[in-house]
Amino acid sequence: MSTAGLTLRQVRFTNKAFWRNPASAFFTFAFPLMFLVIFTALLGGGNLPIQGVQLAQSTYYVGAMATFGVISACFTNIAMSVCFNRDGGILKRTRGTPLPGWSYLTGRVIHAMIVGAILVVLTLTFGRVFYQGTFPTGLPLLELIVTFLVGSLSFAALGLAVTAVVPNADAAPPIVNAIVLPLLFVSGIFIPIGDNAPQWIKTVGAIFPVKHFADAMRAGYLGNVVAHTPLGDIHPFAFDWTDILVIVAWGVVGLILAARYFSWEPRK
Amino acid sequence: MSERVIEIRGLRKTYGDVEAVKGIDLHVDRGEVFALLGPNGAGKTSTAEILEGFRPKTAGDVSVLGHDPARREVALKQRIGIVLQSTGIDPFLTVRETVELYSGYFPHPRNVDEVIDLVGLAEKRAARVNKLSGGQQRRLDVAIALAGDPELLFLDEPTTGFDPNARRNAWQIVKNLVGLGKTVFLTTHFMDEAQYLANRVAVISHGEIVAEGPPDTLAGRDTMRARIRFRVAGDGATPPDLGQVRLDDGSFEIRAEDPTERVHELTGWALNSGIELEVLEVSRPSLEDVYLDITGGEEGSE
Repeated sequence: MSTAGLTLRQVRFTNKAFWRNPASAFFTFAFPLMFLVIFTALLGGGNLPIQGVQLAQSTYYVGAMATFGVISACFTNIAMSVCFNRDGGILKRTRGTPLPGWSYLTGRVIHAMIVGAILVVLTLTFGRVFYQGTFPTGLPLLELIVTFLVGSLSFAALGLAVTAVVPNADAAPPIVNAIVLPLLFVSGIFIPIGDNAPQWIKTVGAIFPVKHFADAMRAGYLGNVVAHTPLGDIHPFAFDWTDILVIVAWGVVGLILAARYFSWEPRK
Repeated sequence: MSERVIEIRGLRKTYGDVEAVKGIDLHVDRGEVFALLGPNGAGKTSTAEILEGFRPKTAGDVSVLGHDPARREVALKQRIGIVLQSTGIDPFLTVRETVELYSGYFPHPRNVDEVIDLVGLAEKRAARVNKLSGGQQRRLDVAIALAGDPELLFLDEPTTGFDPNARRNAWQIVKNLVGLGKTVFLTTHFMDEAQYLANRVAVISHGEIVAEGPPDTLAGRDTMRARIRFRVAGDGATPPDLGQVRLDDGSFEIRAEDPTERVHELTGWALNSGIELEVLEVSRPSLEDVYLDITGGEEGSE
Protein backbone atom coordinates (compact mmCIF):
# COMPACT_ATOMS: atom_id res chain seq x y z
CA MET A 1 0.00 0.00 0.00
CA SER A 2 1.24 3.52 -0.71
CA THR A 3 2.18 5.67 2.26
CA ALA A 4 -0.76 7.97 1.46
CA GLY A 5 -3.03 4.94 1.57
CA LEU A 6 -1.45 3.81 4.85
CA THR A 7 -1.97 7.26 6.32
CA LEU A 8 -5.65 7.33 5.36
CA ARG A 9 -6.07 3.86 6.80
CA GLN A 10 -4.53 5.19 10.00
CA VAL A 11 -7.14 7.99 10.00
CA ARG A 12 -9.90 5.39 9.77
CA PHE A 13 -8.65 3.35 12.73
CA THR A 14 -7.90 6.46 14.80
CA ASN A 15 -11.47 7.56 14.14
CA LYS A 16 -12.90 4.22 15.31
CA ALA A 17 -10.96 4.31 18.55
CA PHE A 18 -11.79 8.01 19.07
CA TRP A 19 -15.55 7.59 19.08
CA ARG A 20 -15.41 4.52 21.30
CA ASN A 21 -13.40 6.36 23.94
CA PRO A 22 -16.02 8.16 26.05
CA ALA A 23 -13.47 10.64 27.40
CA SER A 24 -12.12 11.77 24.04
CA ALA A 25 -15.48 11.81 22.32
CA PHE A 26 -17.19 13.73 25.12
CA PHE A 27 -14.52 16.27 26.03
CA THR A 28 -13.50 17.01 22.49
CA PHE A 29 -16.82 16.89 20.79
CA ALA A 30 -19.54 17.74 23.29
CA PHE A 31 -17.71 20.48 25.21
CA PRO A 32 -17.75 23.22 22.56
CA LEU A 33 -21.46 22.78 21.86
CA MET A 34 -22.30 22.49 25.54
CA PHE A 35 -20.29 25.61 26.36
CA LEU A 36 -21.94 27.48 23.50
CA VAL A 37 -25.36 26.81 25.02
CA ILE A 38 -24.26 27.54 28.61
CA PHE A 39 -22.31 30.71 27.87
CA THR A 40 -24.98 32.08 25.59
CA ALA A 41 -27.67 31.34 28.19
CA LEU A 42 -25.67 32.98 30.98
CA LEU A 43 -23.87 35.81 29.23
CA GLY A 44 -25.25 35.97 25.74
CA GLY A 45 -28.19 38.34 26.27
CA GLY A 46 -26.55 41.65 25.55
CA ASN A 47 -24.24 43.30 23.09
CA LEU A 48 -20.48 43.55 23.24
CA PRO A 49 -18.67 46.67 22.05
CA ILE A 50 -15.92 45.34 19.80
CA GLN A 51 -13.97 47.00 17.00
CA GLY A 52 -16.20 50.02 17.61
CA VAL A 53 -19.44 48.20 16.84
CA GLN A 54 -22.04 46.47 18.99
CA LEU A 55 -21.92 42.71 18.43
CA ALA A 56 -24.55 40.34 19.86
CA GLN A 57 -22.79 38.22 22.48
CA SER A 58 -24.45 35.07 21.15
CA THR A 59 -22.87 35.75 17.77
CA TYR A 60 -19.54 36.33 19.49
CA TYR A 61 -19.80 32.97 21.19
CA VAL A 62 -20.56 31.10 17.98
CA GLY A 63 -17.21 32.20 16.57
CA ALA A 64 -15.43 31.65 19.89
CA MET A 65 -16.78 28.12 20.33
CA ALA A 66 -15.89 27.17 16.76
CA THR A 67 -12.35 28.28 17.63
CA PHE A 68 -12.48 26.35 20.90
CA GLY A 69 -13.61 23.22 19.02
CA VAL A 70 -10.61 23.32 16.70
CA ILE A 71 -8.19 23.87 19.62
CA SER A 72 -9.80 21.02 21.58
CA ALA A 73 -9.56 18.61 18.66
CA CYS A 74 -6.13 19.58 17.38
CA PHE A 75 -4.21 20.66 20.48
CA THR A 76 -5.77 19.17 23.61
CA ASN A 77 -6.93 15.92 22.03
CA ILE A 78 -3.68 15.28 20.16
CA ALA A 79 -1.46 16.13 23.13
CA MET A 80 -3.42 13.88 25.47
CA SER A 81 -4.07 10.94 23.17
CA VAL A 82 -0.45 10.84 21.98
CA CYS A 83 0.75 10.88 25.62
CA PHE A 84 -1.63 8.07 26.47
CA ASN A 85 -0.55 6.04 23.46
CA ARG A 86 3.11 6.73 24.19
CA ASP A 87 2.81 5.57 27.81
CA GLY A 88 0.66 2.62 26.78
CA GLY A 89 3.46 1.42 24.50
CA ILE A 90 1.41 1.82 21.33
CA LEU A 91 3.85 4.30 19.81
CA LYS A 92 6.81 2.01 20.48
CA ARG A 93 4.98 -0.96 19.01
CA THR A 94 4.05 1.03 15.91
CA ARG A 95 7.68 2.11 15.62
CA GLY A 96 8.65 -1.57 15.34
CA THR A 97 6.46 -2.05 12.26
CA PRO A 98 7.14 -0.93 8.68
CA LEU A 99 4.64 1.94 9.08
CA PRO A 100 6.61 5.20 8.85
CA GLY A 101 6.39 7.17 12.10
CA TRP A 102 5.30 10.31 10.30
CA SER A 103 2.49 8.36 8.67
CA TYR A 104 1.15 7.38 12.08
CA LEU A 105 1.31 10.96 13.36
CA THR A 106 -0.08 12.46 10.15
CA GLY A 107 -3.01 10.06 10.45
CA ARG A 108 -3.74 11.41 13.92
CA VAL A 109 -3.42 15.03 12.78
CA ILE A 110 -5.71 14.53 9.77
CA HIS A 111 -8.25 12.84 12.02
CA ALA A 112 -8.10 15.73 14.49
CA MET A 113 -8.55 18.22 11.62
CA ILE A 114 -11.63 16.34 10.43
CA VAL A 115 -13.10 16.40 13.94
CA GLY A 116 -12.24 20.11 14.17
CA ALA A 117 -13.89 20.84 10.81
CA ILE A 118 -17.04 18.98 11.84
CA LEU A 119 -17.12 21.01 15.07
CA VAL A 120 -16.82 24.30 13.15
CA VAL A 121 -19.66 23.35 10.82
CA LEU A 122 -21.82 22.13 13.72
CA THR A 123 -21.18 25.25 15.80
CA LEU A 124 -21.98 27.59 12.91
CA THR A 125 -25.10 25.58 12.10
CA PHE A 126 -26.13 25.74 15.74
CA GLY A 127 -25.59 29.50 15.69
CA ARG A 128 -27.59 29.83 12.48
CA VAL A 129 -30.52 27.84 13.85
CA PHE A 130 -30.68 29.17 17.42
CA TYR A 131 -28.74 32.44 17.62
CA GLN A 132 -29.55 34.35 14.42
CA GLY A 133 -26.08 33.66 13.07
CA THR A 134 -25.20 33.51 9.39
CA PHE A 135 -22.94 31.33 7.31
CA PRO A 136 -20.01 33.15 5.78
CA THR A 137 -19.91 33.34 2.00
CA GLY A 138 -17.47 34.52 -0.65
CA LEU A 139 -14.09 35.85 0.43
CA PRO A 140 -14.74 35.58 4.21
CA LEU A 141 -15.58 31.89 3.74
CA LEU A 142 -12.27 31.42 1.96
CA GLU A 143 -10.54 33.29 4.79
CA LEU A 144 -12.29 31.05 7.32
CA ILE A 145 -11.05 27.95 5.50
CA VAL A 146 -7.49 29.26 5.32
CA THR A 147 -7.59 30.17 9.01
CA PHE A 148 -8.92 26.73 9.87
CA LEU A 149 -6.21 24.93 7.90
CA VAL A 150 -3.36 27.05 9.24
CA GLY A 151 -4.73 27.03 12.79
CA SER A 152 -5.51 23.33 13.00
CA LEU A 153 -2.07 22.37 11.64
CA SER A 154 -0.27 24.79 13.93
CA PHE A 155 -2.15 23.69 17.05
CA ALA A 156 -1.56 20.05 16.12
CA ALA A 157 2.19 20.76 15.88
CA LEU A 158 2.07 22.50 19.26
CA GLY A 159 0.08 19.56 20.68
CA LEU A 160 2.81 17.15 19.55
CA ALA A 161 5.49 19.47 20.98
CA VAL A 162 3.76 19.59 24.36
CA THR A 163 3.98 15.80 24.72
CA ALA A 164 7.72 16.30 25.23
CA VAL A 165 7.15 18.04 28.58
CA VAL A 166 4.56 15.55 29.81
CA PRO A 167 6.39 12.93 31.92
CA ASN A 168 3.62 10.33 31.94
CA ALA A 169 0.02 9.77 30.92
CA ASP A 170 -1.39 10.68 34.33
CA ALA A 171 0.23 14.08 34.07
CA ALA A 172 -1.15 14.75 30.58
CA PRO A 173 -4.61 16.18 31.46
CA PRO A 174 -3.37 18.59 34.19
CA ILE A 175 -0.38 19.81 32.17
CA VAL A 176 -2.28 20.25 28.92
CA ASN A 177 -5.16 22.00 30.68
CA ALA A 178 -2.77 24.21 32.63
CA ILE A 179 -1.41 25.41 29.31
CA VAL A 180 -4.61 25.76 27.35
CA LEU A 181 -7.17 27.01 29.90
CA PRO A 182 -5.45 30.29 30.87
CA LEU A 183 -4.85 31.00 27.19
CA LEU A 184 -8.50 30.38 26.38
CA PHE A 185 -9.45 32.91 29.09
CA VAL A 186 -6.99 35.67 28.15
CA SER A 187 -7.88 35.20 24.49
CA GLY A 188 -11.57 35.85 24.98
CA ILE A 189 -12.81 32.37 24.19
CA PHE A 190 -14.86 31.83 27.36
CA ILE A 191 -15.40 35.40 28.52
CA PRO A 192 -15.69 37.95 25.71
CA ILE A 193 -12.87 40.44 25.45
CA GLY A 194 -14.26 43.56 23.94
CA ASP A 195 -12.92 47.08 23.67
CA ASN A 196 -13.29 47.65 27.41
CA ALA A 197 -11.20 44.72 28.60
CA PRO A 198 -8.05 45.46 30.67
CA GLN A 199 -5.08 46.26 28.50
CA TRP A 200 -2.72 43.77 30.17
CA ILE A 201 -5.07 40.91 29.34
CA LYS A 202 -5.07 41.98 25.71
CA THR A 203 -1.30 42.31 25.72
CA VAL A 204 -0.76 38.85 27.17
CA GLY A 205 -3.31 37.36 24.82
CA ALA A 206 -1.62 38.96 21.81
CA ILE A 207 1.62 37.06 22.47
CA PHE A 208 0.04 33.63 22.08
CA PRO A 209 -1.62 32.03 19.06
CA VAL A 210 -5.07 31.43 20.59
CA LYS A 211 -6.21 35.06 20.37
CA HIS A 212 -4.94 35.44 16.81
CA PHE A 213 -6.67 32.24 15.81
CA ALA A 214 -9.91 33.42 17.46
CA ASP A 215 -9.67 36.83 15.73
CA ALA A 216 -9.01 35.30 12.33
CA MET A 217 -11.83 32.78 12.78
CA ARG A 218 -14.16 35.63 13.76
CA ALA A 219 -13.01 37.60 10.72
CA GLY A 220 -13.91 34.66 8.52
CA TYR A 221 -17.20 34.11 10.29
CA LEU A 222 -18.29 37.76 10.43
CA GLY A 223 -16.36 39.17 7.49
CA ASN A 224 -19.59 40.09 5.74
CA VAL A 225 -20.74 42.30 8.64
CA VAL A 226 -20.85 45.95 7.59
CA ALA A 227 -21.01 48.81 10.09
CA HIS A 228 -22.52 52.10 8.95
CA THR A 229 -20.57 54.99 10.47
CA PRO A 230 -20.57 58.74 9.84
CA LEU A 231 -17.26 58.19 8.05
CA GLY A 232 -18.83 55.65 5.72
CA ASP A 233 -19.32 51.88 5.73
CA ILE A 234 -16.57 49.77 7.31
CA HIS A 235 -15.90 46.05 7.80
CA PRO A 236 -15.15 45.89 11.54
CA PHE A 237 -14.08 42.25 11.43
CA ALA A 238 -11.72 42.50 8.52
CA PHE A 239 -9.31 39.61 8.04
CA ASP A 240 -5.76 40.46 9.11
CA TRP A 241 -2.85 38.46 7.70
CA THR A 242 -0.83 39.38 10.78
CA ASP A 243 -2.98 36.93 12.73
CA ILE A 244 -2.15 34.17 10.27
CA LEU A 245 1.56 34.99 10.44
CA VAL A 246 1.56 34.77 14.25
CA ILE A 247 -0.25 31.41 14.12
CA VAL A 248 2.16 30.06 11.52
CA ALA A 249 5.14 31.26 13.55
CA TRP A 250 3.87 29.37 16.60
CA GLY A 251 3.13 26.35 14.44
CA VAL A 252 6.68 26.32 13.07
CA VAL A 253 8.09 26.60 16.61
CA GLY A 254 5.84 23.66 17.60
CA LEU A 255 7.01 21.61 14.65
CA ILE A 256 10.69 22.26 15.38
CA LEU A 257 10.27 21.38 19.06
CA ALA A 258 8.25 18.27 18.21
CA ALA A 259 10.83 17.13 15.65
CA ARG A 260 13.60 17.66 18.18
CA TYR A 261 12.06 16.35 21.40
CA PHE A 262 9.24 13.97 20.43
CA SER A 263 9.62 10.56 22.04
CA TRP A 264 8.18 7.27 20.79
CA GLU A 265 8.79 5.55 24.09
CA PRO A 266 7.49 6.26 27.59
CA ARG A 267 9.65 8.79 29.41
CA LYS A 268 11.65 7.20 32.17
CA MET B 1 26.27 -24.35 6.82
CA SER B 2 22.85 -23.21 7.88
CA GLU B 3 21.76 -19.67 7.18
CA ARG B 4 22.60 -17.08 9.80
CA VAL B 5 19.54 -14.99 10.67
CA ILE B 6 21.15 -13.07 13.51
CA GLU B 7 24.87 -12.50 13.93
CA ILE B 8 26.34 -10.51 16.80
CA ARG B 9 30.05 -9.89 17.32
CA GLY B 10 31.56 -7.97 20.21
CA LEU B 11 28.29 -6.20 21.03
CA ARG B 12 28.61 -3.62 23.77
CA LYS B 13 25.99 -1.31 25.23
CA THR B 14 26.61 1.30 27.88
CA TYR B 15 24.15 3.63 29.58
CA GLY B 16 26.27 6.40 31.02
CA ASP B 17 28.82 4.65 33.22
CA VAL B 18 26.87 1.41 33.33
CA GLU B 19 27.97 -1.30 30.94
CA ALA B 20 24.82 -3.36 30.34
CA VAL B 21 26.22 -5.57 27.57
CA LYS B 22 29.94 -6.31 27.70
CA GLY B 23 31.03 -7.54 24.30
CA ILE B 24 28.92 -10.57 23.48
CA ASP B 25 29.04 -12.88 20.45
CA LEU B 26 25.90 -14.71 19.38
CA HIS B 27 24.33 -16.15 16.32
CA VAL B 28 20.92 -17.57 15.48
CA ASP B 29 20.31 -19.83 12.49
CA ARG B 30 17.17 -20.06 10.41
CA GLY B 31 14.46 -22.18 11.97
CA GLU B 32 16.00 -22.13 15.43
CA VAL B 33 14.32 -21.16 18.65
CA PHE B 34 17.08 -19.37 20.47
CA ALA B 35 16.68 -18.36 24.10
CA LEU B 36 18.70 -15.68 25.81
CA LEU B 37 18.36 -16.70 29.43
CA GLY B 38 19.34 -14.59 32.38
CA PRO B 39 18.19 -12.82 35.51
CA ASN B 40 16.61 -9.39 35.37
CA GLY B 41 19.12 -6.69 34.61
CA ALA B 42 21.57 -9.12 32.96
CA GLY B 43 21.37 -7.37 29.56
CA LYS B 44 18.70 -9.48 27.83
CA THR B 45 16.33 -6.69 26.91
CA SER B 46 19.15 -4.33 25.93
CA THR B 47 20.39 -6.98 23.51
CA ALA B 48 16.89 -7.69 22.18
CA GLU B 49 16.09 -4.00 21.70
CA ILE B 50 19.34 -3.44 19.80
CA LEU B 51 18.39 -6.33 17.48
CA GLU B 52 14.87 -4.90 17.10
CA GLY B 53 16.23 -1.47 16.18
CA PHE B 54 14.91 0.37 19.24
CA ARG B 55 18.31 1.11 20.76
CA PRO B 56 21.65 2.02 19.21
CA LYS B 57 24.57 -0.20 20.13
CA THR B 58 27.67 1.29 21.71
CA ALA B 59 30.09 -0.97 19.83
CA GLY B 60 30.31 -4.21 17.88
CA ASP B 61 28.73 -5.70 14.77
CA VAL B 62 25.06 -6.63 14.58
CA SER B 63 23.34 -8.15 11.59
CA VAL B 64 19.67 -9.15 11.47
CA LEU B 65 18.57 -10.80 8.22
CA GLY B 66 21.55 -9.11 6.61
CA HIS B 67 20.57 -5.62 7.82
CA ASP B 68 21.96 -3.33 10.47
CA PRO B 69 18.88 -2.91 12.67
CA ALA B 70 20.03 0.55 13.86
CA ARG B 71 19.25 1.87 10.37
CA ARG B 72 15.57 1.05 10.98
CA GLU B 73 15.05 0.10 7.35
CA VAL B 74 11.52 -0.71 6.23
CA ALA B 75 12.91 -3.67 4.28
CA LEU B 76 14.00 -5.24 7.60
CA LYS B 77 10.90 -4.28 9.58
CA GLN B 78 8.76 -5.99 6.96
CA ARG B 79 10.45 -9.30 7.78
CA ILE B 80 10.42 -9.26 11.58
CA GLY B 81 7.72 -9.45 14.25
CA ILE B 82 8.26 -8.07 17.73
CA VAL B 83 6.57 -8.95 21.00
CA LEU B 84 7.78 -6.36 23.46
CA GLN B 85 8.06 -6.89 27.17
CA SER B 86 5.02 -4.72 27.86
CA THR B 87 1.89 -4.80 25.76
CA GLY B 88 0.71 -1.68 23.99
CA ILE B 89 -2.56 -2.04 22.19
CA ASP B 90 -5.30 0.49 21.59
CA PRO B 91 -7.93 -0.42 24.21
CA PHE B 92 -10.87 0.67 22.08
CA LEU B 93 -10.32 -1.49 19.00
CA THR B 94 -11.53 -5.08 18.79
CA VAL B 95 -9.23 -8.07 18.50
CA ARG B 96 -9.96 -8.41 14.81
CA GLU B 97 -9.57 -4.71 14.06
CA THR B 98 -6.25 -4.67 15.89
CA VAL B 99 -4.79 -7.55 13.90
CA GLU B 100 -6.23 -6.06 10.71
CA LEU B 101 -4.64 -2.68 11.51
CA TYR B 102 -1.17 -4.15 11.96
CA SER B 103 -1.37 -6.64 9.11
CA GLY B 104 -2.00 -3.68 6.79
CA TYR B 105 1.51 -2.40 7.46
CA PHE B 106 3.12 -5.43 5.82
CA PRO B 107 3.47 -6.33 2.15
CA HIS B 108 2.50 -10.01 2.52
CA PRO B 109 0.40 -10.34 5.66
CA ARG B 110 -1.08 -13.57 6.95
CA ASN B 111 -4.81 -14.00 6.84
CA VAL B 112 -6.22 -12.03 9.78
CA ASP B 113 -8.61 -14.71 11.02
CA GLU B 114 -5.96 -17.39 10.67
CA VAL B 115 -3.63 -15.39 12.91
CA ILE B 116 -6.38 -14.95 15.50
CA ASP B 117 -7.06 -18.70 15.44
CA LEU B 118 -3.37 -19.45 15.78
CA VAL B 119 -3.13 -17.63 19.12
CA GLY B 120 -6.43 -19.05 20.34
CA LEU B 121 -8.46 -15.85 20.38
CA ALA B 122 -11.14 -16.93 17.90
CA GLU B 123 -13.89 -16.55 20.47
CA LYS B 124 -12.70 -13.05 21.35
CA ARG B 125 -12.54 -11.86 17.74
CA ALA B 126 -15.18 -9.15 18.25
CA ALA B 127 -14.20 -8.24 21.81
CA ARG B 128 -12.59 -4.91 22.53
CA VAL B 129 -9.03 -5.02 23.80
CA ASN B 130 -9.98 -3.45 27.14
CA LYS B 131 -12.30 -6.40 27.79
CA LEU B 132 -9.49 -8.97 27.46
CA SER B 133 -7.63 -10.54 30.37
CA GLY B 134 -3.90 -9.95 30.71
CA GLY B 135 -3.12 -13.35 29.21
CA GLN B 136 -5.45 -12.72 26.29
CA GLN B 137 -3.83 -9.34 25.63
CA ARG B 138 -0.46 -11.06 25.60
CA ARG B 139 -1.78 -13.53 23.01
CA LEU B 140 -3.02 -10.59 20.98
CA ASP B 141 0.52 -9.20 21.25
CA VAL B 142 1.79 -12.37 19.60
CA ALA B 143 -0.99 -12.15 16.99
CA ILE B 144 0.09 -8.60 16.12
CA ALA B 145 3.69 -9.74 15.79
CA LEU B 146 2.57 -12.56 13.48
CA ALA B 147 0.22 -10.39 11.41
CA GLY B 148 2.87 -9.53 8.84
CA ASP B 149 3.97 -13.17 8.48
CA PRO B 150 7.53 -12.42 9.64
CA GLU B 151 10.48 -14.76 9.14
CA LEU B 152 11.98 -13.81 12.46
CA LEU B 153 10.10 -13.27 15.68
CA PHE B 154 11.38 -11.54 18.81
CA LEU B 155 9.71 -12.56 22.05
CA ASP B 156 10.89 -10.47 24.99
CA GLU B 157 9.91 -12.25 28.21
CA PRO B 158 6.62 -13.38 26.69
CA THR B 159 5.23 -15.15 29.75
CA THR B 160 6.33 -12.93 32.62
CA GLY B 161 3.35 -12.52 34.94
CA PHE B 162 1.47 -15.53 33.56
CA ASP B 163 -0.12 -18.22 35.66
CA PRO B 164 1.12 -21.77 34.91
CA ASN B 165 -1.87 -22.53 32.70
CA ALA B 166 -1.48 -19.39 30.61
CA ARG B 167 2.22 -20.13 30.32
CA ARG B 168 1.51 -23.61 28.92
CA ASN B 169 -0.84 -22.05 26.36
CA ALA B 170 1.75 -19.48 25.36
CA TRP B 171 4.37 -22.19 24.97
CA GLN B 172 2.05 -24.11 22.71
CA ILE B 173 1.67 -21.01 20.55
CA VAL B 174 5.45 -20.69 20.25
CA LYS B 175 5.68 -24.40 19.37
CA ASN B 176 3.12 -23.75 16.63
CA LEU B 177 5.32 -20.97 15.26
CA VAL B 178 8.23 -23.33 14.93
CA GLY B 179 5.94 -25.57 12.92
CA LEU B 180 5.46 -22.62 10.58
CA GLY B 181 9.22 -22.45 10.02
CA LYS B 182 9.75 -19.22 11.94
CA THR B 183 13.01 -18.33 13.59
CA VAL B 184 12.46 -17.20 17.17
CA PHE B 185 14.67 -15.06 19.37
CA LEU B 186 13.38 -15.43 22.91
CA THR B 187 14.48 -13.73 26.09
CA THR B 188 13.40 -15.19 29.39
CA HIS B 189 14.40 -15.57 32.99
CA PHE B 190 12.53 -18.87 33.32
CA MET B 191 14.73 -21.94 33.02
CA ASP B 192 11.79 -24.23 32.26
CA GLU B 193 10.68 -21.92 29.46
CA ALA B 194 14.10 -22.00 27.82
CA GLN B 195 14.29 -25.76 28.30
CA TYR B 196 10.85 -26.40 26.84
CA LEU B 197 11.02 -24.04 23.88
CA ALA B 198 14.59 -23.51 22.79
CA ASN B 199 16.92 -25.56 20.60
CA ARG B 200 19.77 -23.49 21.89
CA VAL B 201 20.23 -21.38 25.00
CA ALA B 202 22.76 -18.71 25.87
CA VAL B 203 22.95 -17.70 29.51
CA ILE B 204 23.72 -14.03 30.04
CA SER B 205 24.86 -12.70 33.38
CA HIS B 206 26.10 -9.17 34.12
CA GLY B 207 26.22 -8.44 30.41
CA GLU B 208 28.33 -11.45 29.47
CA ILE B 209 27.51 -14.81 27.93
CA VAL B 210 28.52 -17.37 30.54
CA ALA B 211 27.26 -20.54 28.84
CA GLU B 212 25.82 -21.51 25.50
CA GLY B 213 24.45 -24.68 23.98
CA PRO B 214 21.41 -26.94 23.65
CA PRO B 215 19.45 -27.00 26.93
CA ASP B 216 20.18 -30.70 27.51
CA THR B 217 23.94 -30.31 27.39
CA LEU B 218 24.30 -26.72 28.57
CA ALA B 219 27.47 -26.16 30.59
CA GLY B 220 28.26 -29.88 30.63
CA ARG B 221 24.92 -30.69 32.22
CA ASP B 222 24.83 -34.07 30.47
CA THR B 223 28.19 -35.11 31.84
CA MET B 224 27.67 -33.81 35.36
CA ARG B 225 27.21 -36.33 38.11
CA ALA B 226 23.74 -37.77 38.44
CA ARG B 227 21.90 -37.71 41.71
CA ILE B 228 20.37 -40.90 43.16
CA ARG B 229 17.98 -40.29 46.01
CA PHE B 230 16.30 -43.05 47.98
CA ARG B 231 14.53 -43.76 51.23
CA VAL B 232 14.51 -47.01 53.11
CA ALA B 233 11.25 -48.32 54.60
CA GLY B 234 11.16 -48.78 58.38
CA ASP B 235 14.26 -47.82 60.28
CA GLY B 236 17.54 -49.25 61.26
CA ALA B 237 18.37 -50.75 57.90
CA THR B 238 21.32 -49.02 56.38
CA PRO B 239 22.64 -49.90 52.97
CA PRO B 240 26.29 -50.83 52.52
CA ASP B 241 28.64 -48.00 51.70
CA LEU B 242 27.67 -46.74 48.27
CA GLY B 243 28.94 -43.24 49.01
CA GLN B 244 25.53 -42.05 50.18
CA VAL B 245 24.88 -39.05 52.35
CA ARG B 246 21.98 -38.95 54.76
CA LEU B 247 19.78 -35.91 54.14
CA ASP B 248 17.81 -33.96 56.73
CA ASP B 249 14.55 -35.65 55.83
CA GLY B 250 15.99 -39.11 56.47
CA SER B 251 16.45 -40.02 52.82
CA PHE B 252 19.82 -40.72 51.24
CA GLU B 253 21.58 -39.20 48.27
CA ILE B 254 24.36 -40.58 46.13
CA ARG B 255 26.25 -38.44 43.60
CA ALA B 256 27.50 -40.75 40.90
CA GLU B 257 29.22 -40.57 37.54
CA ASP B 258 28.07 -44.13 36.86
CA PRO B 259 24.45 -44.14 38.09
CA THR B 260 23.54 -47.39 36.34
CA GLU B 261 26.04 -49.39 38.35
CA ARG B 262 25.14 -47.70 41.63
CA VAL B 263 21.44 -48.25 41.16
CA HIS B 264 22.15 -51.89 40.38
CA GLU B 265 24.10 -52.30 43.60
CA LEU B 266 21.46 -50.47 45.59
CA THR B 267 18.48 -52.45 44.31
CA GLY B 268 20.46 -55.68 44.60
CA TRP B 269 21.08 -54.97 48.26
CA ALA B 270 17.42 -54.07 48.82
CA LEU B 271 16.18 -57.27 47.12
CA ASN B 272 18.61 -59.53 48.97
CA SER B 273 17.79 -57.95 52.33
CA GLY B 274 14.05 -57.91 51.67
CA ILE B 275 14.00 -54.16 52.20
CA GLU B 276 11.56 -51.91 50.45
CA LEU B 277 12.94 -48.70 48.86
CA GLU B 278 10.12 -46.21 49.38
CA VAL B 279 11.61 -43.60 47.15
CA LEU B 280 14.07 -44.06 44.31
CA GLU B 281 14.94 -41.18 42.04
CA VAL B 282 17.73 -40.77 39.54
CA SER B 283 18.17 -37.32 38.07
CA ARG B 284 20.62 -35.23 36.13
CA PRO B 285 21.18 -31.68 37.41
CA SER B 286 18.28 -29.56 36.22
CA LEU B 287 18.84 -26.60 33.97
CA GLU B 288 18.02 -24.57 37.03
CA ASP B 289 20.89 -26.14 38.97
CA VAL B 290 23.25 -25.36 36.11
CA TYR B 291 21.89 -21.86 35.74
CA LEU B 292 22.18 -21.06 39.43
CA ASP B 293 25.66 -22.51 39.36
CA ILE B 294 26.92 -20.43 36.45
CA THR B 295 25.14 -17.20 37.38
CA GLY B 296 26.35 -17.60 40.96
CA GLY B 297 22.73 -17.78 42.14
CA GLU B 298 22.45 -14.03 41.80
CA GLU B 299 19.17 -12.45 42.72
CA GLY B 300 17.39 -10.65 39.93
CA SER B 301 17.56 -6.89 40.14
CA GLU B 302 16.22 -4.37 37.67
